[in-house]
Amino acid sequence: MTDVAATPASVPPERRGTALDVSQLPSFGFSHRSLMWWGTLGVMAIEGTVFALVIMSYFYLRTNAADDWPLGVPVPGLLWGTLNVIILLASGVPNHLAKKSAERYDLGATRFWLVVCAAFAVAFVVVRFLEFTQLHCRWDSNAYGSVVWGLLGLHTLHLVTDLYDTGVLATMFFTGPLESKRFVDVSENSVYWYFVVLAWLPIYAVIYWAPRF
Amino acid sequence: MTPPAPLAVDGLRKDFDPSVNQQPREKRDGPPWGSPQALELEQTWREPPGLVGWLSAVNHKSIGKRFIITAFVVFCAAGLLAATMRLQLSRPDNHLVGPDLYNQIFTLHGTAMMFLFAVPVMQAMAVYLLPMMLGTRSTAFPRMTAYAYWMYVFGALMIFAAFLLRAGPDAGWFDYVPLAGPQYSPGHRSDFWAQLISFTEVSGLLVSVDVITTTFKLRAPGMTLARMPLFAWAMLVTAFMIIFAMPAVMTASTMLLFDRTFGFHFFNPSDGGDALLWQHLFWFFGHPEVYFIFIPALGFMSSIIATFARRPVYGHPAMVLALIATAFFSFGLWVHHMFATSVPELGKAFFTAMSMMIAIPSAVQIFCWLATLATGRLNMKTPLLFVLGFFFILVLGGLTGLILGSVPLDLQVHDTYFVVAHLHYVLIGGAVFPLFGAFYYWFPKITGRMMDEKLGRWNFWLFFIGFNVTFYPMHHLGLRGMPRRVYTYPADMGWNTLNLVSSIGAVIIFVSVLCFIVNVLKSRRGGAPAGDNPWGAPTLEWATTSPPAWSNFAAIPVVSSREPLWQGPADASVATHVAGLATDVREGLVTTVVDAIPDHRYVYPSPSIWPFVAAVATTFWFIGSFYMPTAMAWGMVPVAIALTFWFWPTKKETVKHLLLEKRA
Repeated sequence: MTDVAATPASVPPERRGTALDVSQLPSFGFSHRSLMWWGTLGVMAIEGTVFALVIMSYFYLRTNAADDWPLGVPVPGLLWGTLNVIILLASGVPNHLAKKSAERYDLGATRFWLVVCAAFAVAFVVVRFLEFTQLHCRWDSNAYGSVVWGLLGLHTLHLVTDLYDTGVLATMFFTGPLESKRFVDVSENSVYWYFVVLAWLPIYAVIYWAPRF
Repeated sequence: MTPPAPLAVDGLRKDFDPSVNQQPREKRDGPPWGSPQALELEQTWREPPGLVGWLSAVNHKSIGKRFIITAFVVFCAAGLLAATMRLQLSRPDNHLVGPDLYNQIFTLHGTAMMFLFAVPVMQAMAVYLLPMMLGTRSTAFPRMTAYAYWMYVFGALMIFAAFLLRAGPDAGWFDYVPLAGPQYSPGHRSDFWAQLISFTEVSGLLVSVDVITTTFKLRAPGMTLARMPLFAWAMLVTAFMIIFAMPAVMTASTMLLFDRTFGFHFFNPSDGGDALLWQHLFWFFGHPEVYFIFIPALGFMSSIIATFARRPVYGHPAMVLALIATAFFSFGLWVHHMFATSVPELGKAFFTAMSMMIAIPSAVQIFCWLATLATGRLNMKTPLLFVLGFFFILVLGGLTGLILGSVPLDLQVHDTYFVVAHLHYVLIGGAVFPLFGAFYYWFPKITGRMMDEKLGRWNFWLFFIGFNVTFYPMHHLGLRGMPRRVYTYPADMGWNTLNLVSSIGAVIIFVSVLCFIVNVLKSRRGGAPAGDNPWGAPTLEWATTSPPAWSNFAAIPVVSSREPLWQGPADASVATHVAGLATDVREGLVTTVVDAIPDHRYVYPSPSIWPFVAAVATTFWFIGSFYMPTAMAWGMVPVAIALTFWFWPTKKETVKHLLLEKRA
């Protein structure tokens, strides 16, 4: 590797035909064209599997308890969890608008909607802490307590992560340095948020409704 | 739509036109080696100098090579642990190693071999080879690959340090509760095991995301999915399996850590938990794990067989379908590790059937290879010897697998040395033999030197004989009732001779691996120069120099057949290479998923210290969390800070990117 000039051609010279010039191809692409989309999709597949496994564990533990579920603990209060379903579903709107603004390269609108998205995420996290108070048990009360705290904690971790991501991205959109491919990041950030929203619906059903039936 | 407005944030130049690539012509790639462009390309893709540069490395070849070497060091360390066990068991009532140390030794041997050698080394081969084989210059997320490597190193260091401090985990490589739970394993031994899982799984999962994105989006133009090499298929299928299997063990080990650290009750039956939940979660990962060690090895096999039979592998589409079918079936087998528990009988019948069924796609591959070998002109070199060894050993291991897959026989030999024999036949025959073949096969590419053929044959025959001498007697030991994981045994059990023979075999394996190490050290500098393609192989990694140039290719190739180095374009009008990518930044070409049509250009992240720093921060978080439970929360803060610096672009590189920018 020391003498690059002496290295033979990567395509043997006799077969070196015409070149395919790619210099005027775009320098990024949205959605499934981008590497970021695939990376995000991979992460969502991993995390979705974790959610599914913890939900599976919930029902596995419940089968052992038979009629005794939730193991002598009062069922969780519905108020804050349900409020969060509403906040989350509503947050789909600013995320959609942030995504659309980004795909139009509209800097002003992208900034605005990123901030609104972050505000929704903050509201969600605040209500989330109230949710923990309504579980009516501790993680170390019994296995039921462990698994609901586990589920809620796991989802909160994703929530906080995405809130932080949105915050960093929004900051970059105000301070720079900025280039057009960052609009793809905004688009992917929204996609990830949709995942957090969609994951919440079954988790909400499991935490708040499964012990009532 | 209005014409695109240039971005003007943070005092950056405002005169960049986002509708055209403004890169000067003389700074675009395409010209062959020796041109100023190719020289600049080499400078661009080179790692930065110095210690900080070394820690900032992101080139897939640097990371891949380190990954392979680290995994091999772990293999040797875990192998020495095995040798110690064989020494201890070579005669009855031996007191060389006490029971407590013995527990740690077999636990660390299994844990290190499975989590720190077998899976990582396969992914390391993918990181090193895939970009070259697919005709590109980097994996999709180079910094993430670097982070994954450092996480892996820190995990390995942690667990071996714990062992040396006599705090090594001691509950077996599958760390069953309740033995591994808070009640029966006080202290931090089990915590180290649980967090080791977090280290290796973070690493393995991130590399998988990287591999999937690389194989789907970065193939050279013209390399349609139908033309993708079987090696790449194997790595792709493996990556998908890892994504759906590894989360199970990570979930389980985190639950265990929470049980142990915070008083959760996931696995505590007295408070509504369930110990069997551990086994389900562990084996939902654990069985696919066998296959994601095995499937990459199938990729090595297909590469080596095609080259040394001097013909394409017979039944390429059947091979691809068999890989995918194996991956699917492997998720329906986990309960066959739990036949001795109170799983419903109907469930056991289902899992027995699945265990038999997975033999079908495996057999499809074996027969396709046999057909290839039978109709090819064989070139009997060391890599092919290891491949032939695979057939013999794996078939035996597969047959004992059928035995263990049926409930009544399994109950008879459960937890005996029969299982130890079976799993080593499958894993060493199915993965380590092809891996050694792969080392011999790709060594000339990595170093530019051939390995010594004579030493290679010694290596192979000693390994083959030593392996069978070590593990074949274990079948009989198992049938005679010798349980696994006992540190010694009384003299009158009828196990003495078989154990002694087995220990002699271990010595032969030791000598064989020594031959390999000597061969590597000797050939690394003193071997015969290899040239670009010493074996006459068909895939693209052999189209570049040996050792590969930093940029892999002076010009990215255009592919027009499944064996690009055997069959070029049909006529001269077809393009043979790509031109127009920047030479002064690490720019690559992204293509479409199925047809590999050029789609857009993409600037890879440059070398950076932050993946390393982030890995250090994550290490503190992981280890800190079981010494100071509150660190579970605040330990994330340094990680977040490091990740932010990792992500945050510099003004200088942004200006460069704006020059190259072109909106769709």
